[in-house]
This record gives sequence, structure tokens and C-alpha cells, in this order.
Amino acid sequence: MRQLYNFAFFDEGSKREIRRAILKGIAIPGYQVPFASREMPIGRGWGTGGLQITLAIIGRDEVLKVIDQGHDGSVNAVNIKKLICATTGVALTEDTAAASLIQSRHRIPEEPLSEQQVLVLQVPTPEPLRDIEAREQVTQRLHAEADYTGAWLGLFEQVVRYGSATTGADHPVLVNGRYVMAPSPIPRLDNHKLDHVANLTLLGAGREKKIYAVPPYTSVKSLDFEDYPFVTETFEGRECRVCGAKGVYFDELVDEASGKTYHQCNDTNYCHKRQLERRQFEEQQSERRQLGTQQPAAQQLGDSDTGAEPLEAQHPEMPLERQQPAAQQPAAQQHEKRQPRLIAPEVTA
Amino acid sequence: MRRATSTSATLEAPLLKVRELTCSFGPGCSYCADRDAILERNMCPRCGTIHALRQVSLDVYPGEIIGIVGESGSGKSTLMRCICFDQQPSSGSVTTGLVENGTVDLLACSPQQKRAIRNTIFGMVYQNPWLGLRMDFSALSNIAEQMIASGNRKVEEMRTRGLSLLEQVNIPLRRASDPPREFSGGMQQRVQIAKALSNNPPILLLDEVTTGLDLSVQAKVLDLILRLRRDLDVSMVVVSHDLAVIRMLAQRTSVMLDGKVIEQGLTDQILEDPQERYTQQLVHSLL
Ligand SMILES: Nc1ncnc2c1ncn2[C@@H]1O[C@H](COP(=O)(O)OP(=O)(O)O)[C@@H](O)[C@H]1O
Ligand SMILES: [Mg+2]
Ligand SMILES: [Zn+2]
Ligand SMILES: [Zn+2]
Repeated sequence: MRQLYNFAFFDEGSKREIRRAILKGIAIPGYQVPFASREMPIGRGWGTGGLQITLAIIGRDEVLKVIDQGHDGSVNAVNIKKLICATTGVALTEDTAAASLIQSRHRIPEEPLSEQQVLVLQVPTPEPLRDIEAREQVTQRLHAEADYTGAWLGLFEQVVRYGSATTGADHPVLVNGRYVMAPSPIPRLDNHKLDHVANLTLLGAGREKKIYAVPPYTSVKSLDFEDYPFVTETFEGRECRVCGAKGVYFDELVDEASGKTYHQCNDTNYCHKRQLERRQFEEQQSERRQLGTQQPAAQQLGDSDTGAEPLEAQHPEMPLERQQPAAQQPAAQQHEKRQPRLIAPEVTA
Repeated sequence: MRRATSTSATLEAPLLKVRELTCSFGPGCSYCADRDAILERNMCPRCGTIHALRQVSLDVYPGEIIGIVGESGSGKSTLMRCICFDQQPSSGSVTTGLVENGTVDLLACSPQQKRAIRNTIFGMVYQNPWLGLRMDFSALSNIAEQMIASGNRKVEEMRTRGLSLLEQVNIPLRRASDPPREFSGGMQQRVQIAKALSNNPPILLLDEVTTGLDLSVQAKVLDLILRLRRDLDVSMVVVSHDLAVIRMLAQRTSVMLDGKVIEQGLTDQILEDPQERYTQQLVHSLL
């Protein structure tokens, strides 16, 4: 069979050039490295920056995961997966832990990543000072001189206008104590997932032709004032309606029947895993019941990291039948059906 | 009285010394390289280079207001822009006793040092408020910018200082979170002044602050400048093409023409007994 494309779409020269930009980015954490962004079979602003990074670093035995705003099944994620698979033949996964390479738009997975994993983030606007200064030449000088007055000014203005220094998504961060960086439009709740973490994070902006990086175990500090410290979105008292998770980033949804709002994990894979755990747990319980062993529910299944309570504590007497409707539905389908109203503002690139 | 002030001032060391400041736009040629070359106004007849500033020297003493007067295009704004590092001059030096006892040329400092000096020693008010203000940010943020730039990370402290400055320049506090875009020209200039004052700079540079304002508004701004000098003991360089403004504010004045200082001295003397023909015309048109 004749191969239409080189492995991973690009010719080796292009890959090398992108890799050089990546290496430079890793060497200077948070610094935006210009690169010759290439024409892609998908439109700029649809993740071509992230895609170019992915294609430049992907290997034949890579296990790839692509997510769009937390969802593995969204059209955008699926299209990117199709393109990468067609040109590389790599294995796909939705399981965060099983992936060696994760390309994502506007989210960092809830599950902590390891040293063996690389996260690629798609970036619409890489320049954290752009709102303050329109001229690229000037922002470059401001970065060179570490003049970040403008970044703080933006936050100050927030306080003056809205009484708090909280931004929507894409809250600026200081990387390695040197460069101020746009973390891409991730919710503030995700900012700490860049700070001193084990994995390498690469950020790519196709339209703006910039690549930048946060190497493993690098300090990433959200900008704030002494008397207005950085705060994340709070979902206090809320939990995922499907899996019961707490303290994670939620989609806010409206139940069409009752008109009530409810919450569900934005990270679909995370939610599925927890649902699976819950189902396994319930199956175990029911087996035990059938065997007549009325053991008390003592097993801890909840994710203590995220502050989620053990499932049995939330639903001590939950009968299996009541759980059926949600559990029976294929999870991916469930997410397709949703009409998510994201709490973070939608950033269209 | 005014003369007495300046005489006593001249006994001290100058706060700011500008020496032989030269700034040209264009390639230059062997003809106009000669400092005494005859130009067409400020332009070289051979190569077309604009010589916006030619060997301009200036002393500013503590607490005094220096006037710079001259017609449009004479180089006044370029002089101010060179002093506050907005524009890199071709040659010359600027020193102040406040930095290394006046032993270093500020123009040769690193960008970081320049930024620090600019934020703490100079307060600049531009002729065009669009150059000095972020029109879409609140008045308060505009004032805070200077404080943030000098390292302040306490919102409430900056807010308190900003509000007190707005009060000083007579901006109603209910307008503090409005953007200057929505302000009148006179208010915009007053916000600029408040911003320039935020770090208590010892030297204020005011470029045509009253130009384009209604007479009554002009009077208010001039009044503010005199009050600031009295209350804050700040030195100022006041640029205007309007001798009336200079007469009201400045103890000493430099008259500029085609990039050169053609006459320099006590304002009263210049007004009473102008030496240069150009100054005489200027004074007579005022009378
Ligand atoms: N950036 C520039 N490039 C070319 N010429 C300039 C520039 N800035 C100022 N000039 C010229 O320098 C001269 C002095 O301008 P300026 O300092 O603005 O005068 P003033 O403020 O006295 O009206 C003018 O001839 C002006 O056209
Ligand atoms: Mg001017
Ligand atoms: Zn969930
Ligand atoms: Zn010439």
C-alpha cells in the first residue's frame, strides 16, 4: 500500500524545526519561541499549534489521548485523533493514566500525570501581555526586560471593576520566577496542575506561531496581590451528579425535565473511571448480599486526593436498581447528549 | 520675590543636568555633521535629516519650575521624550544628583535601571493624553500602574493612594473606576498629573498640559500645578508654545527654535528685555 503522507504528516525537516523550537522552549521555561507554523488540513485556531507539537514528537509506540475541554468524544478531539491516527497508526486511549501523550484544549486532566507522560496544550492567545500592549515588538521587549507591570495592572483593573482579582480562564502565571506565561484558557482550578508537576507540558499556538513549555518540576505561580491572593473557582457544596466527585472542575448542566441545574465532572475520563469504580463496588456489594454475607461497607473507593468522599458514605443504602439508568447508558453517549454551559468562558480561537 | 527664589536656588547644585542633548532623525551626512551647519529650519538641505535637538543644555534646580517655550516643531516634545527615555537621543547626557551623585549618564543606563529611574524620579505628563493614559482602564488603574511598576503588590494601599491623588487633582471620587476615555480633556490631563505624582517623583515633566483646553479649564490646571509646587516641593520642566503659561509658572525659561536653545534666563528678564529677534517677536505677539 502506498503511503500518502510521511509518518506523522510532516516531512522530517519540518519536524526537526518544530522540535528545535520545543527544545528551546524547554530550556527557557515560559518563554515563547517563534516557529514557522505550518499549513494544516484543519483550520488555524482549531488546535493546529498543539497538533504540530504532537506530530513533531509522536513516536510509533505512542499511546495517544486527545481531549477538548475535558471531553474525549467531542468533534474537535475526534477530528484531531483521526488525523493523527491516519498518519501515524498509533494506539488511542481515553484513559488518562494509559496515555503517553495527551493533547488537550482548555483543560488539564484531573488525574495527576507522571514523568513518563507529555501534555500538549492548544493555545489560542499565547501572549499574556496582549491586552495591555498590542505591538508584538513591544511585548517582546517587555518579556526581555521582565517588565510585567501590565500583567498585574490587568488584575488590578479586575479588582477595581469587579471587586476581585479573579479572571475567567487563562490566569497568568510566573514560570520559574522569570517569564510570565499564558497557561492557555484552562480554569484557575487547573493552574496548580502545572506547578512542580512530574510531566512535561508543551504549549502551542498555531495562528500566533509560538511554542512554549513548562518542564517537569518547574515552579509555576499564579500572579496575585498580597492582599488579593489567587483563588480558584469554588464549587463548594457541589458534587458530580454521576460519580459524586467533589473539588474538581464541573460542567454546569440543566436538567431538562426539572429545569434544575446540576453538576458533572468536566473531565469525562475521570468521571467514567469513578463510575466504573462505583459500579464495581456496587456489584461487589450485591454479590456479597447474594452470598448472604452482610458485611458492612468499609472499603474506601473515593478519591481522597480530590476531596471526594467514599461512595458508600454518600449512598449507604443505595439499591442497585436506582443506580441502573445512569450506569446502563454508555458513558460517551451521555456526554454527547449534554448541552454544557461551561463555567469558564468559551474561548473561541 | 520670584527672582529671589531662583537666585537662592542657583546656589545649590542642580537636581537635573541636561548637557548637549542632540537628537536627529535620518542618516545624517558630512555637511550636517558639523554642529554649526546652516540648516533649513531643523532639516539638513543635503540629506534631509531632521535635527530635532541640537546641543540642548539645561539645569533644573530643586523646587524650581523651568519653562521651555518655542513654536511647534522646535523640539520641545523631543527634549522631554529624551529626558524620560521615551526617545534615544543621538548624543548628549542627562545626570541627576539623585542617581549615583550625578556621576552616571542616565541615558547610558540599562533598560531596567532606566525603568526604575523613570518610575521613581520622573513623572511625565504628555501633550496628548492618549500617550500617557490607558484610555480603557479605570482612572484608578492608570494611577496604580506607576506604583505597580515600582514593585507595589498591595491593592488597598494603591487604591488609597490613588483616591487621594484623584482628590488632589480635583477628580470626583465617584469617577475613580471610570476610564479616562469618558473624561473631558481637562480631566484627562489631571488624571495624567495624578499618575505622574503617584510615586512622589522629585521631577515632573509637563508637555503642553494646557494646550487645547478651554481657558477656564486651563486656569484650573495651571492653578493645580502651582499648588503642587507649593505643597510637594517638586521640581518641574514645563513645556509650552504659549508664553502666557510660561510667564505664570516658570522662574527660568529656555527659548527653543529649530532644535536649538536660542535664549535662556530668568523668565521676567526674557519677557522684559528679550535679546534674540525671534524672542522679541514672540514676546511682542504676547503683548
Ligand atoms: N519620530 C520622529 N521621526 C521623525 N521626525 C520627528 C520625530 N519626532 C519628532 N520629529 C521632528 O522633530 C521636530 C521636533 O518635533 P517636536 O519635538 O515634536 O516639536 P514640538 O514639541 O516643539 O512641537 C519636528 O520637525 C518633528 O517633525
Ligand atoms: Mg510638542
Ligand atoms: Zn463525575
Ligand atoms: Zn545632512
